[in-house]
Amino acid sequence: MTNPAAHVVIVGAGHAGGTAAALLRQYGHAGPITLIGEEPVAPYQRPPLSKAWLKGEADAESLALKPLEFYAAHAIDFRASTTATQIDRTARLVSLSDGSSVAYDALILATGARAIALPIPGADLAGVMFLRTAADAELLKATVGPGKRLAVVGGGYIGLEVAASGRALGAQVVVLEREARLLARVACEVLSSFFKARHEAHGVAFELGASAAAFVGDAQGHVTGVTLADGRTIPCDAVVVGVGAAPNDELARACGLDVARGVVVDLEARTSDPSIWAIGDVAHRPMPIYDRMFRMESVPNALEGAKQAAAAITGRSAPAGEVPWQWSDQYDLKLQIAGYAFDVDEILVRGDPASGKFAVFHLKGDLVQAVEAINSPPEFMMGKLLIGARRPVDKARLADPAISMKEVAA
Amino acid sequence: MAKITYIEHNGTEHVIEVKTGLTVMEGAIKNNVPGIDADCGGACACATCHVYVDAAWKDRTGTSSAMEESMLDFAENVEPTSRLSCQIKVTDALEGLIVRMPESQH
Repeated sequence: MTNPAAHVVIVGAGHAGGTAAALLRQYGHAGPITLIGEEPVAPYQRPPLSKAWLKGEADAESLALKPLEFYAAHAIDFRASTTATQIDRTARLVSLSDGSSVAYDALILATGARAIALPIPGADLAGVMFLRTAADAELLKATVGPGKRLAVVGGGYIGLEVAASGRALGAQVVVLEREARLLARVACEVLSSFFKARHEAHGVAFELGASAAAFVGDAQGHVTGVTLADGRTIPCDAVVVGVGAAPNDELARACGLDVARGVVVDLEARTSDPSIWAIGDVAHRPMPIYDRMFRMESVPNALEGAKQAAAAITGRSAPAGEVPWQWSDQYDLKLQIAGYAFDVDEILVRGDPASGKFAVFHLKGDLVQAVEAINSPPEFMMGKLLIGARRPVDKARLADPAISMKEVAA
Repeated sequence: MAKITYIEHNGTEHVIEVKTGLTVMEGAIKNNVPGIDADCGGACACATCHVYVDAAWKDRTGTSSAMEESMLDFAENVEPTSRLSCQIKVTDALEGLIVRMPESQH
């Protein structure tokens, strides 16, 4: 599609949707753009919500992708506090929650994912929170402070970032994790042990192998504790539940688009309907370097989808294939992850975890599939290049920190 | 407030008034200036906000941290004047700053 007068409608005004709108203008799209967002605010960055913002080191203005006046100045019709309720693919019409509807020539679904709630008693008590939106973060920030007891359910990256920020704000923090180790779904044992030790050194307590069975509350309906499957109750003043996210793919399902673990798209982010794209957390997309399709939840993934859709709609060639990556900041630790550990038969640690500066390489034969680098930019940057190039690596040299990453990859 | 000139690789100039306290990267991103990607939003985690700082401004833009140096070391087309623009805080002293963008951030 290269119709310069095409009306592009973007459903979802998160990092992916907001970026797509801006890129369409940057790529020269002249037709109308409508950006529909469920939240009352313009697109903003979510990653700082659990880090810099929670600690008071960033404000709402710095979180915003663009200043509010940007949208009007670039003829982007941004509609806040509005959801899409239905897509009519034949009429090319999106129905909105305010009763109106908007016609499209090209439609981008950027509906994201939502935090998964625990199906246990007390989940609706006041003080049981998630961390997904700026409103969630406002509530959490107003609750957490010196002397407050914060229970974090889920020892994944969000949970650990909240734990670190909670400590920085002076709260007592306990992390409850159902599995026997932290980061069980997303990282290897080396990293799990490392993060556990670092968090303990900063005063975070852990209950591993601990399933939350119920939240208990006081007469005012405010949470006072988490009861575990073994019968113990961990007292607390607030809870953050960080047990994963599910894609908001209901609109796509209802209008008959192909949906797997998210909305199925091709290398241009196009769905099974050639006039509809899907980007960001909601997309189930091909990743040629791993020869498979999957759904990712990360800012780089949101940006990549936005670039693909904006390129396709404006008639540009698709961006070169990327190596997926993400990052996490906790205390003085910068974790940078490139790739995903698919089909891995060997894990190689470069450097000494005790030094607080090391990298874990996940190998399939002599190919790097993924790297997790702690305070180690060279390992991250070169590891990312090696993953993308699909170039075999000398494992003995890779394991030797005395040989620079540039020499390893030479 | 400082007036900053961003020059794309193809020569296109963007003159932007950037508020004190923002970074040089934020000045570009919030004004939709092409050529700076800033995938990580300023966390010094991605090296996609690479710029060349005109030599005359080297002293006023400060020195790069070990983390920045280390990330820059692996960016494309690095020069002695290379900086990550997310690590340069805007002050009144940067009035008139000129930065140039590389051909690509990836």
